[in-house]
This record gives sequence, C-alpha cells and structure tokens, in this order.
Amino acid sequence: MPPTITVQHLVHAFGERRAVDDLSFEVGRGEVFGLLGPNGAGKTTTVRLLNGLYHPTAGAISILGLDPAAHGQEVRARTGVLTETPALYERLTAWQNLEFFGRLADMRPADLKRRIAELLAFFGLEERAHDKAGTYSKGMKQRLALARALLTRPEVVFLDEPTSGLDPESALQVRELIDSIRRRDGHTVFLCTHQLTEAERLCDRVAILNSGRLLALGTLEELGRRLSPGLWVEAAFLQPLSPQPDLSRLPGVLSAAFDGARVRFQVEGESAIPGVVTALVQSGAQLTRLQPEQISLEEVYFTLQEQSRQGAQ
Amino acid sequence: MNWNHILTIAAKDIREASGNRAVWMPMVIVPLVFIVFLPLGLIFSARLDPQATNSLLTDPDMAGFLSRMPAEMAGRIAGLNGTQAGLVLALGYLFAPFFLIIPLMFSTVIASESFAGERERKTIEALLYTPASDTELFLGKVVAAGFPAVTITWLCFLAYILVVNAAAYPLMGRIWFPIPAWFPMIFWIAPALSLLGIAATVLISARNPTFMGAYQTSASLVLLVVALLIGQVTGVLYLSVGIGLALGAVLWLVDALLVVVAVRTFNRARLLASVN
Repeated sequence: MPPTITVQHLVHAFGERRAVDDLSFEVGRGEVFGLLGPNGAGKTTTVRLLNGLYHPTAGAISILGLDPAAHGQEVRARTGVLTETPALYERLTAWQNLEFFGRLADMRPADLKRRIAELLAFFGLEERAHDKAGTYSKGMKQRLALARALLTRPEVVFLDEPTSGLDPESALQVRELIDSIRRRDGHTVFLCTHQLTEAERLCDRVAILNSGRLLALGTLEELGRRLSPGLWVEAAFLQPLSPQPDLSRLPGVLSAAFDGARVRFQVEGESAIPGVVTALVQSGAQLTRLQPEQISLEEVYFTLQEQSRQGAQ
Repeated sequence: MNWNHILTIAAKDIREASGNRAVWMPMVIVPLVFIVFLPLGLIFSARLDPQATNSLLTDPDMAGFLSRMPAEMAGRIAGLNGTQAGLVLALGYLFAPFFLIIPLMFSTVIASESFAGERERKTIEALLYTPASDTELFLGKVVAAGFPAVTITWLCFLAYILVVNAAAYPLMGRIWFPIPAWFPMIFWIAPALSLLGIAATVLISARNPTFMGAYQTSASLVLLVVALLIGQVTGVLYLSVGIGLALGAVLWLVDALLVVVAVRTFNRARLLASVN
C-alpha cells in the first residue's frame, strides 16, 4: 500500500529564513504520526505546505497521491485540520459553525445534518449545540474545533497542538478523544505537538524537528536504540548481594551497575538476559522483579535537541 | 467557480457582522440622520417659518448660485415660490451627495469586519483550510459587503422618497421627488462606490489587520463624497443625469483596477503571513 503522505527534501523559506529545511518522511495509512519540536521548529508550516496553503520553495510532497501545490482544493476536500487556536466563529452557534464548514465542503444537507448531530453527541456538546461558540469554555471550544476537523470524514486529520492551553482534565479528555478517533474510524492522524507525553501515548512514529530540520525519525523504540544501543533491564532482589557477580564479563552484556538490592544492566539483545539471570541466581539472588526499561521520549527529545544545539554552535 | 461556496461565505459574514454592535450601530444611525432627521428638520423649519424661506430666491448669494445653475435644475424650480424652490434645491440636489455616504460607509464597515476582523480573530486560518478557492473566498466577502450596502442604499432611497414627499406635501402640494439626477446616483454610482469601498478595504486591511484600523482608514474615502458635496455647493459640479453617468463610469473603471490589485493581494500565503 503506498504511503498516505510522502515528503521529499522539502524546503520552505520566508525570505532568507528557512522555516522547513530539507525535510523528508513518509506517513502510512491509518498511522498516527507525530511531528515534535519547539515553537518555531516548522511544524505548522509543514501542515500548511501539506494542505497547499503554502507552495514549497523546493522539494516534493505527495498527499493522498496528489501534489497539494497544484491540487490544493482536492487535498483540502479530503483532509481535516485542527488549527493551533480553535478559530471558531464566536458569534455563531456550534451547529452554525459546523454547518458553515460542511457547506464549504459540499456535503449534502441531509448528510451534513446527520453528521453534525453525530459529532456533537460524540464530543458531548449536543446540549449546547445552539449556544454561541463564544460562550463555550476553552475545552468545549477545542472539542468543537476537533469536531470541525472530523466533519467531512477526512482521510487524513492534522492536529496542530490539540491540547495547547487546556487544563489537565480537558487535555486528557481531548487525548482520549484523539485515541478513540483513530481506533474507531481508522483515520491517518498527523499530530504536531511539543507535549511529549501526548506524543508518546498517541503516536506510532515521531519525527523530531529543530529550526526546520529533521533531527530523528522513527518509533520510540527505534529512537531509543539510536541514542542508547542495546536494551536496559532492571532486576530487584529481596536483599543486597554480597559478593556481587561481575555481570559485565558475561556474553552480550554491555554494562551493569548494582545499587543496593537492585541491578541495572545493558545487554545487546534479549538473548543475553537468561545468562544474567542465571548468574544472579547462582550468586544467591532471590529475584522479585525483572523489568526491561524503555527510554522515554522525553529523554530522546532533549538529548537530540541538545545535540542539535551543540552542533549549531 | 462554485457559487454555493461564495454564497455560503457571504451569508456567514453577514450573519457575523449583524452580531457585531460596532458594525450595525453606524448602519442604523447614519441612515436615520440622512433619511429622517435632516430632511424632516429642514421641511418642518420651512413649514414653521415660510416667510424666511420664501425670501430665499432674492438672497444675493443664492441669486449667484442660481445664475450658474444648469438648465435642468433651473427648469425644475421654475415657477416655484421661494420655499418650494429651497426644498427642491436642498433635498433634491444638495442632499444627494450626502446619500452616497450610505453605500460607502456600509461597504467599508462590513468589508473591514469581513476581511480584517476575520484575521484579527484568527478565524481566517480555519477558512483557508477549506476546499474553497482564493477567488471564491474573495468573492464571498465582496458579496457579503456589497449586497447589504447596495440593498440598504436602495431601501433608504425608497424611505427617503416617502419621507420627503409626505413631509413636504403641505408645502409642495404634489409628489415631486425623486428627480431624474438621483437615478444614476442610486443605481449606477452607489454600487460603484460600494465596490470602491470594498476593494480599498481589502488593500488597506492587507497592511492594517484590525477591524477598527481598517475601517478608520477606509472611512477616509468619505472625502470623495465631501468633494462632491463641495462641488455642488460651490457650483463647480452640479449633479445631473449626464454628470452622474460619467462619474459612475469613472468610478467603475477605478473599481476594475482596484479589484484586479485586490484579487492579487488576496491569496492564502499572504493572508497567513499577516495572521502570524
């Protein structure tokens, strides 16, 4: 199956400044793809390029088999975008807001009416459907904007900072909604965020950007392996070991460090773990826990951003 | 070109504008002043003191004004007494340029709300992600500003006909308004002025991204109407059917030029640049 989005050596410059600089990636059908980076990294510019709002300075984009610079209208008819700010018409009601965007997408009146009712119910807004959007709380506005992004049953949904400015409860609610959208409808989701926990929880793969340049791309596991080769495992025992076995001499073990009744060791792969466990048991360890450690996205992100800063200096 | 998109955008903008007090307040007050208060004030003062207005034609300044008057106007007051002639000159000729403030003001206030206001509130970004083309977005907003401006101007014209004829009937003894010079002004110049206001607002709002900023700047177009008024009062330019048609033609030409420039200005990349 061809990728839903293909970006090759994409460049977009505003005058002398390159907002997007030699960016390449692919997004598969039904995938949740995260674009991570600090403010000004080029995330929003990339979304605008993918939807044909900007034309690239160089490079190529294919989205749903179309070039958005040449077929922007067709692309936008098949995508849905949650902008960084909800961008709702506050003097119109929630229903009128959705109706307006549905009409611009040429939805048939009966289908539009059904879809609006369905989305307002799904997002828990049906009781306030005929209230002006200006009277909504921040969380409600964000949910309404999300409903707008999904109105036309788009094949690709772009979510630009979907939980930005929300209180923790509303943010959690929006995250759960995004998760359910993907599970329920199988949309391809393109998520721009600087909320690392959000990306870690929702994304299949992430691309990390800084100053428009791609720092890394892959699953969290791939990125972790790139930063720290091998697998980290932590073992805990009932009591501290004395004497402690020299685990680093075992085949496939890269390093090991004891800390009281625990040991944290790094192995080349899972096949080296049984040897370590045997050595520990033979040394009298009564194992209570054996847990592989996954490097967090936060560690990956900050390490890469730091490396990028050092490289730039 | 998808007219469904254009009309949807226009309907939404009109609905939005009607919810903004800063938009509809001047749209209520200005017509009331020009259609009701000013003409009624003039007519009732003439009815209260007919002697004062009757001597109007013998006033030396007025005599000079009358001597420069084109034959069409002179013919219209021939045989009238001083009060009647004064009403015809004031309400039929001198007030005419005032009336042009209505389409100009309506179009600039709605266009400012529609173009600059949408960017000010950052709702433009969601609109730009829709399948509507740049031209459809532009035309939707032109219709949103132009249609109410022209329609309300025509309704105001009807109301003015009623007010002037009804209130002045005891003095005039007949239905005397409208006079022919008003027809090109209302049906030819007023739509052209509306479009001028819209095109100018689009260009101004490209540099002035707030509703009030764009409105205040584009409102300076009212100087055109003031110039016309001064032209009338000083006798440099008397509004007649011929002058009205010629003036309208010039305005439509200027409109065409401005619209071409405005369409070029109105594209997604430029609009987004001003949002950031």
